[in-house]
This record gives sequence, structure tokens and C-alpha cells, in this order.
Amino acid sequence: MQRRAVLKYGAAGLCALGLTLFAGWWRVDGPGAVEPVAQRPAPLTEMEFRLTDHEGSAVGPDSLIGRASLVFFGFTFCPDVCPTTLSDISGWLDDLGADTKRLNVVFITIDPDRDTVEAMADYVGYFHPAIRGWTGSDDEIARAAGAFRVRYEKVPTDTENYTMNHTATVFTFAASGAFVGTIDYHEPREFAVPKIRRALEKETGDTT
Amino acid sequence: MSKAVPTTVKDKIMKRLIFSAITICTALFPVPETAFAGSDDVVVESPWARAAIGTTRPGAAYLIIHNTGDEAVTLMGDIATPLAMTAQIHQTRISADGVSSMVPVGEILIAPGHSIALEPGGMHAMLMMLQGPMKEGETFPLTLTFEDGGKIAVEVPILGVAARGPDN
Repeated sequence: MQRRAVLKYGAAGLCALGLTLFAGWWRVDGPGAVEPVAQRPAPLTEMEFRLTDHEGSAVGPDSLIGRASLVFFGFTFCPDVCPTTLSDISGWLDDLGADTKRLNVVFITIDPDRDTVEAMADYVGYFHPAIRGWTGSDDEIARAAGAFRVRYEKVPTDTENYTMNHTATVFTFAASGAFVGTIDYHEPREFAVPKIRRALEKETGDTT
Repeated sequence: MSKAVPTTVKDKIMKRLIFSAITICTALFPVPETAFAGSDDVVVESPWARAAIGTTRPGAAYLIIHNTGDEAVTLMGDIATPLAMTAQIHQTRISADGVSSMVPVGEILIAPGHSIALEPGGMHAMLMMLQGPMKEGETFPLTLTFEDGGKIAVEVPILGVAARGPDN
């Protein structure tokens, strides 16, 4: 009688374990898996795209090699997130002081239809002078966003023509082009500045 | 009659009369912006907006709304300003993978003694289809409406495009 009970509980336990494993598989690798979140950008050395900066010069990922970089995406018709990010970054750069000279800071638009070279020049002029604005053709912007694993989509609105949803993360890279890490949207200065310093110190970082 | 009444008593009667007159007048002719039970106790602080570049881009304004009363109040999601054709309270959302989007908030319940902040990184008053430029150094009126019909108008100073808060 006791043996039967042990068997019964054992079977129930195995069954529960099996179900748990199955549920785990279903949600992670199986049909129930969610979209992979927050993938890492490729190293700058493996990216390929050609854009134009706000002064009209041809630029690309190779323009960033040799100095540590901060790169983020947005658009100038963005009333809250983008000016907040740009003014946050301006504050971080003020904190970094002279070290800012060792840093590339690039704002890439995901709305090239409205963000012409002139529009970018107008916009970045209001923020820290180290911030560069890059724009380009739809295709090249899509290639750049793909390389950084940035998502964006056009959202029609009733009143405005459209607005954009987009990845608001700031990416840091070492001078070698290696991806170092991310700074979240509106992350406090006491966390953001040390993260930038880490990218600056990692001048000879590997490119994995 | 007046002879029989001592001056101090006369004064008291006078005061009472004036007081009653004020009370009656107040009851008969309410001042529209202060005659609502809940929103009467709402205080708006630190309004500011960022200057907009041109008039084709939307603007954003920020402020803090305190409910100092002992009743909950409901702020309506639609606000009004002569500066914009449409103005609504929007919330910025960041998804798990870092994608930002904006959604209209709709009505906001403010519990007694609580406050809500419209500030960068959270909610903002989204000003759409600007009717004129938003220039640094100027101000514009913004009217909040509450469910009880109360309205609060504030004058919003326009700061620089790169401003981070009401003091910057």
C-alpha cells in the first residue's frame, strides 16, 4: 500500500516536471517564444551604411573608429523623448568636460523624409556642440538601424501627419568599434556618465 | 431705534450685514473658476515648455498638478491652448526592448493629497498643429479641465529647445 503511494507521488512528480519542462521549451524555443528582446548591435567594423552628417559630409560606421562613440536614434519631430535624450546627453557631456573631445556623439534620424540635412543642422544646433546629426536615404537608414538592432515604425496620427515609434536606447562603442553597452532612455546621470567613461577607457576593446 | 443701540453693537450688526451681503453675492454670482468642489483645491506648479523649431513640429509642455483637497479629482485628457489646434496629455512608454511610443493618457484620477507630474520621461502635454511659433522667452496660456467642470488656466513659460526642467 505504501509502495503504491510512493509510486503514485513519484509519477505525479515526474508528470509535473515534464509539464514544467514542456512549458519552458514552449515559451523559450517553441511556438510560444516571444520576440528576442534587446539584441546587441554589431561591432562598428562589421556595419555598412553611408549617410550624410548635418554639415553635408559623407559619413559611415568607419567615421567612428578611432574614438569611443555614443550613438542613438530619433527624429526631430519628436516632442518629448528626443529632446529629453539630447538634453540628457548634453548634460552628460558637460560632466565629462575635456573627455568629450575623445568621443563621437551621433544622433541618427529614423525619419529621413522630414529630417533633411538642413533640418538636422537646425535641430542639433540647440544641443551640445559635440552632437552630430546623421541622415540619409530610406534604404541607408534602414541598413544603419538594422546593424544597431534598432526598431522603428511610422505611426499615423489624427492630427499630425505621423509620428515614429523607435528604439530610444543610447549605444556606447569603444574606439576599436567594439560594442560596449547601452544607456537606457532617461537614465540618471550618475549611471550614464560612468558608462560613457567605461567606453572611453576601453580604447583597445576587442571586437566581439 | 438707532439711539438705543450702543455703537459697538451697531458695528457688530454692520459687520454681519456686510458678511451676509458677501455670502449672498458669492452664492448668486459664483466666480466660474473657483466654484467647483474638487478642482477648487487643485494647485498647478512649475509649468514650462520647450521652444519648438518652426510650427510644423509638435510642442510639449510640463507641469505639476497637486490635489490639496480631501476629495479625488479627475483631470480630463484634453486640454486647451490657443497655441495649438489640439492638445492632449500623452504618456511616453518604453517597451522591454527599448522602443519608445506615445499614447494619449485619457482621464487621470488624482487622489486627495496626491499630485501628478507631467515631466520629461513620463507624461507631457502634447501640443499638436501649432497655430504660431513657440519662441523661447515667451509664454502661452494652457487650460486644464476637470471632470467636475472646473478649469484651471496657467501661463506657461517657453524655455530653450534643450531645457531639462522648469529651472533650465
